[in-house]
Amino acid sequence: MTHWIVLPIILPALVAPFIVLAARYHIGIQRVLSVAGVLALIAAACGLALQSADGTITLYQMGDWAAPFGIVLVGDRLSTMMVLLTAVLALFVLLYAIGSGWDDRGRHFHALFQFQLMGIMGAFLTGDLFNLFVFFEVLLIASYALMIHAGGNARLRAGVQYVLFNLIGSTLFLFALGSIYAETGTLNMADLAHRVALIGPEETVGIRVAAVLLLLVFAIKAAIVPLHFWLPSSYAEAPAPVAALFAIMTKVGAYAIIRVYTMIFPPELEVTAGLHDTWLLPAALVSLALGMVGVLAAKRLDRLVAFSVIGSMGMVMVSISLFTPAGIAAALYYIVHSTLAGATLFLISDLVRTGRADLKLTQQPTIAGNSLTAALFFVGAIAMAGLPPLSGFLGKLLVLDAAFDSNLVVWIWVIVLTSSLISILGFARAGSILFWKAHSVERGDDIEMMSPPATLSYVAVGGLVSLLVAHTVFAGQVHRYTSTMAAQLFAPEPYISTVLDTPGKLSKPKGDH
Amino acid sequence: MSLFIIVALPFLGALLPGLMNSAGRAATAGVTFAISLAAFVGLLTNLPTVLAGEVVMARVDWMPLLGLNFSLMLDGLGFFFALLILGIGLLIIAYARHYLSRDDNMGQFFTYLLLFQGAMVGIVLSNNILLLLVFWELTSLSSFLLIGYWKHLPEGRQGARMALTVTGMGGLAMIGGMLILGEIVGSYDLSVILQNRDAIQADPLYVPALLLILLGCFTKSAQFPFHFWLPHAMAAPTPVSAYLHSATMVKAGIFLMARMWPVLSGTPEWFTIIMTVGLITMVLGAVIALFKHDLKALLAFSTVSHLGLITMLLGTGTAFGAMAAVFHILNHATFKAALFMSAGIIDHEAHTRDIRRLGGLRKLMPVTFVIASLAALSMAGIPLLNGFLSKEMMLEEANHTVLFNSPWLVPALATFGSLFSAAYCFRLIGHVFFGPVRDDYPAKPHDPGSGLWLPPAILVVFVVLIGVAPFMAEPFVKLVTASLLGDAAEVPKAYFKIWHGLVPALYMSLIAVVGGLLMLLIFKPSLRLWDKAPRPEAKVIFEAIVEGVVRLARALILPLHNGAFTRYAAIGAVVFVVAGYHAWTTGTVGATTRTLQAVNFVSIAGWMMLVAATVGMVLMHRNRLLSLILIGIVGLMVSIGFVYFSAPDLAMTQFTVEVVTIILLLLALNFLPNTTPIESSILRRVRDAGVAVIGGLATFALSYHYILRDAVSAPISEFHVANSYKGGGGTNVVNVILVDFRGFDTYGEIIVLGIAALLIYALTESLLSGPVRARLLNRKPDQARAGDKHPMMMVVMTRVIMPVVLMVGFYIFLRGHNEPGGGFIAGLIVSIGVVMQYMASGFGWASARLRYPYHGVIGAGVLIAGLTGIGSWFVSKPFLTSDFTYVRIPPFEKFELATAALFDLGVFLAVVGAVMLSLESFSRLARLAQEPSDDEPMDIDPSRDDLPTSLASSEKEGV
Repeated sequence: MTHWIVLPIILPALVAPFIVLAARYHIGIQRVLSVAGVLALIAAACGLALQSADGTITLYQMGDWAAPFGIVLVGDRLSTMMVLLTAVLALFVLLYAIGSGWDDRGRHFHALFQFQLMGIMGAFLTGDLFNLFVFFEVLLIASYALMIHAGGNARLRAGVQYVLFNLIGSTLFLFALGSIYAETGTLNMADLAHRVALIGPEETVGIRVAAVLLLLVFAIKAAIVPLHFWLPSSYAEAPAPVAALFAIMTKVGAYAIIRVYTMIFPPELEVTAGLHDTWLLPAALVSLALGMVGVLAAKRLDRLVAFSVIGSMGMVMVSISLFTPAGIAAALYYIVHSTLAGATLFLISDLVRTGRADLKLTQQPTIAGNSLTAALFFVGAIAMAGLPPLSGFLGKLLVLDAAFDSNLVVWIWVIVLTSSLISILGFARAGSILFWKAHSVERGDDIEMMSPPATLSYVAVGGLVSLLVAHTVFAGQVHRYTSTMAAQLFAPEPYISTVLDTPGKLSKPKGDH
Repeated sequence: MSLFIIVALPFLGALLPGLMNSAGRAATAGVTFAISLAAFVGLLTNLPTVLAGEVVMARVDWMPLLGLNFSLMLDGLGFFFALLILGIGLLIIAYARHYLSRDDNMGQFFTYLLLFQGAMVGIVLSNNILLLLVFWELTSLSSFLLIGYWKHLPEGRQGARMALTVTGMGGLAMIGGMLILGEIVGSYDLSVILQNRDAIQADPLYVPALLLILLGCFTKSAQFPFHFWLPHAMAAPTPVSAYLHSATMVKAGIFLMARMWPVLSGTPEWFTIIMTVGLITMVLGAVIALFKHDLKALLAFSTVSHLGLITMLLGTGTAFGAMAAVFHILNHATFKAALFMSAGIIDHEAHTRDIRRLGGLRKLMPVTFVIASLAALSMAGIPLLNGFLSKEMMLEEANHTVLFNSPWLVPALATFGSLFSAAYCFRLIGHVFFGPVRDDYPAKPHDPGSGLWLPPAILVVFVVLIGVAPFMAEPFVKLVTASLLGDAAEVPKAYFKIWHGLVPALYMSLIAVVGGLLMLLIFKPSLRLWDKAPRPEAKVIFEAIVEGVVRLARALILPLHNGAFTRYAAIGAVVFVVAGYHAWTTGTVGATTRTLQAVNFVSIAGWMMLVAATVGMVLMHRNRLLSLILIGIVGLMVSIGFVYFSAPDLAMTQFTVEVVTIILLLLALNFLPNTTPIESSILRRVRDAGVAVIGGLATFALSYHYILRDAVSAPISEFHVANSYKGGGGTNVVNVILVDFRGFDTYGEIIVLGIAALLIYALTESLLSGPVRARLLNRKPDQARAGDKHPMMMVVMTRVIMPVVLMVGFYIFLRGHNEPGGGFIAGLIVSIGVVMQYMASGFGWASARLRYPYHGVIGAGVLIAGLTGIGSWFVSKPFLTSDFTYVRIPPFEKFELATAALFDLGVFLAVVGAVMLSLESFSRLARLAQEPSDDEPMDIDPSRDDLPTSLASSEKEGV
């Protein structure tokens, strides 16, 4: 019996209370524990990813109860990759938080950070829909706590919107779970896949509404227009390292959509035909367009980045909503890119903030560390706008290529390419004002040049940038891997049989599906 | 040298100048030069293979599944362009070393330049059209940096953005074109695509692909109507202009048209589009150039004009046209780079580029005069210089080209363009170098050091050499032409010579030169005419469009995202309902499988109370205390509902949760006004009410639907009911589900609770360190305070019942596994017991007797729960596997020991800690706002003024 798969959840869930119990007044010890925890997390995530690289599906029955009666964790290629991505992102975000001193500007940053990681990891690993709800709650409450870390009026106000809207989402999640349980009598994903297929054509409304409600829940998490309203101000107002960590949170929504709508409600399923396969793609296109137009419209750098996250999620969702192996493979490649690029940009905007009165896109004197920060911004903007040579461009090519057989191919191409142009324009304007125009402003004698950001901050941003570069250089390998992931997702039989046929305490495999 | 190294050298080398910045200007320039030279030499090592007509290939897989591979090829055409890029690049680097001032960051400049150079070499050596796209956009990006190099100049920034936007737009269009092309052919490799002329031209997607690719080429090569970015890119330092606009960036579009010539040309679409655009660009550029006073602007528009000329030649679709195009590319690169550098010299020495402020430089700057004049005369098409030869070929080709069924249209326009071209060349020579020496130059002009004039001089040597002995260039040009044409056409037999006899082209040339001279004579009156003529200012239009787009974007986005939460929620609710409704109406409704239970008086009464409380809540929510009471009724009714449906655990939980929540809310209400002000208009309230009603009805309909139908197969709860005692050792199924079957959910939920408490704590901490602190300190209570804050009766009562409460909690905790109860409920009960102490005896008194900090209690609870789960690892079981046994310690009865109880202890502690920490945090706010809290458990405030003194004194004695 190996316990690898539960480590990503348990590890932060032990580190966090330990910090609260023993080290809540010692920021130094908290930092050491937190970084050590994340490093161990990366090691565990690497082990898991290696374990599932050959297509192995790892099952872990909580409490030794077999599915569907107990809760199971399932590690396949997709979930382990998301876990690894989260762990690696967490390390650089944490380093930045330490380097910039953000973690010491309020209470309990490290404990909450670890709890947040626990929630994200759990959401990726669980094979049970209700357990997913629990982890959504964990990550929601932890993210809200992190979001308002260090306080401030604007931040608290944005935090209220964030938590309220997401609580509406949680309520809807409960409605959806109730509906699904009423229809099928189970909450285990594999078992759901099995039972939904039993529903006949004479009685479809129940499962159709349930499928739609569930999709809406995930759409809120993934910030798909018009359910994205919670995102711009909360991401913009959140402390930069927190916003950077949030880059993975929208991906939780995308992950859940991929998981549920390839396995439980696959595109070829008749009883749910004409729903998500019809209108998710238009919504995703609108998200992409709205996000990138927002990049151009934004009057502040942090909001600009927040809108670019919406646009980037739109791109991911466009690719997902093709519901083809090529589309999902492209989406997964793009998810990694979008996470890294979004996080990088949020951290960079904080580097900019250290030298300016605010992040308004207005003329202000040059900031400390201008050229290095400018160079990093240039790279980050290239990545986000999807320009060569970074992975955004490659991801865009993959999406466009995958869209070739779609009915809406012209729409997809036109919106993807036009929105790229708009975002280029937006980023170019912002960068030019922040970094170039600043040279033509005289620094008043009374304004002190602030000290440049700490080296560790730059190391963290540089680390993320180098991950982006690696994602570009090894794009072939990564894309081949995401293609095998997509293949695994579109052939869920091994997943389902592993989950349902493994005996547990007091239960024998059903073997009747 | 491997093609990879040639392409990689500039990119890798780009790091060096930036790093060497502190080593001095000479070293920085030297290292840049060395890198370029290495790439140049590397290119030349491949010359023999190319001359032998072979194609050098190199390939590494990058994204094989997509078809994007790092595949390079070097044929005649690629070699030709790479030679221009690297060769002229070397001269530019040498020139820039002397051109840049000490204030300029030279390392940065050369880093950008090398990035640009690498991208250009990459374009011309790509054998994969997707890879070509990568390099294509890289040139846009690196040129953005180069053009905006002088960051402090607004023109530089605007020019850079304009160039990036226009060429970026073309690049994006090209992505589409290239993907279509690859989709038609089934491969993105150029070597494969170039073999599929027929398949491509027959495909219905040929026209869209052609249009998209041409859009890329035209924007890059500054063809009408995208020509406007190029003159504004002149804000860059002159070496950049010389490089980008003579040999490199703008030639990228031309290169791509040449590259695609074998498969895309020869169709009517190709011919008509490219001929028209090329002709317009050529004429327009030439006319505007004549009237520009800025030397670089004049050269910029002349570049536009010449690019139009080359485009037009490629558009003819004939082999001769293609050969003329190749030859003119070579010639234009030499004389135009020399001219730009000369303009830079003049700017550098005279501190102005305004032709109107110059004149008479012939005597002051003789070397520059010779260089610039030879280059300009070549551009004007004067015999014995290379420009004459290719212009002659162009006119010859124009003479045979029929556009829009008119045999004279192309020749006439070509001659017209050449005439203006000659005119601006003559103006450049005449107005800058001839005329009297003036005494009002901004600086005293003199010839620069050799570092500045040698690079253009080298180019002028080629101008003259090719002009005098064209046969020397002929084999090379024909080699390049052959590789351009591929299998599509034969290389024409025509010889390169100065004298072709009295052919029409010669007459046209003559007209152009003589006409050009005449134009110069009537320059002043025609300038006045030009200045009066209304003409669109491209930059103004562009900026207006961009600003318009930005304003539109803001008008769309900002009002929609202004933070109005009710609107966000309303949109959300409407979306939920509409999406659900759509799913409902497109599905099928089957027969019901269950019947409704009979209703009795009790359930109706409960239901009525619930509804009444809710309606009252909606109507009276502005009175906050009242609404809290109504919430309490709702909660209570829900608890009773649980009892009614035989779920005592849930009822107990709900009930205790209600109590705790109400207490916490009361504490919070203390800081809020008693009533909520009306902020929204009646219309909006009606709208909101409508949305709410619709949402509620939809929820009702859905619940009603599910209530009447069974699940598709037996629900998993049947297993739980059947196995709770056998597998979990408990007869209370709810508790066994909570701590065993689905203990992992509970584990997550207690963490949620713990986080919530930490959150409340952190929130109050940050509030107390902000401006809120001052507000609290100055807060005046809006109502009279109670005289006895801690009534004696209550104090005594709470203390007496405290042990009882603890006992009940303990009992509930223990019985949980078999009867309603458990750690969660017990935790809440104990919390209520402690809360009562706080309420009755005051915070100061209670917390002074506190031994365990609540943070620690939460932490310990979560840790215990987690460690209990891990405990099962030691018996090789998964996380949270429970076990139980029955023990008997005399004289007690036999009782059960379950590991789940340990887990439940964690739950218990986490709940107690979370509730108490929240309470403590709230009360910290309260203590700040009121007078310092009292340390005594019971008190009566003697200062209370509405009491008679006698009473007050007697009470005092009584205490």
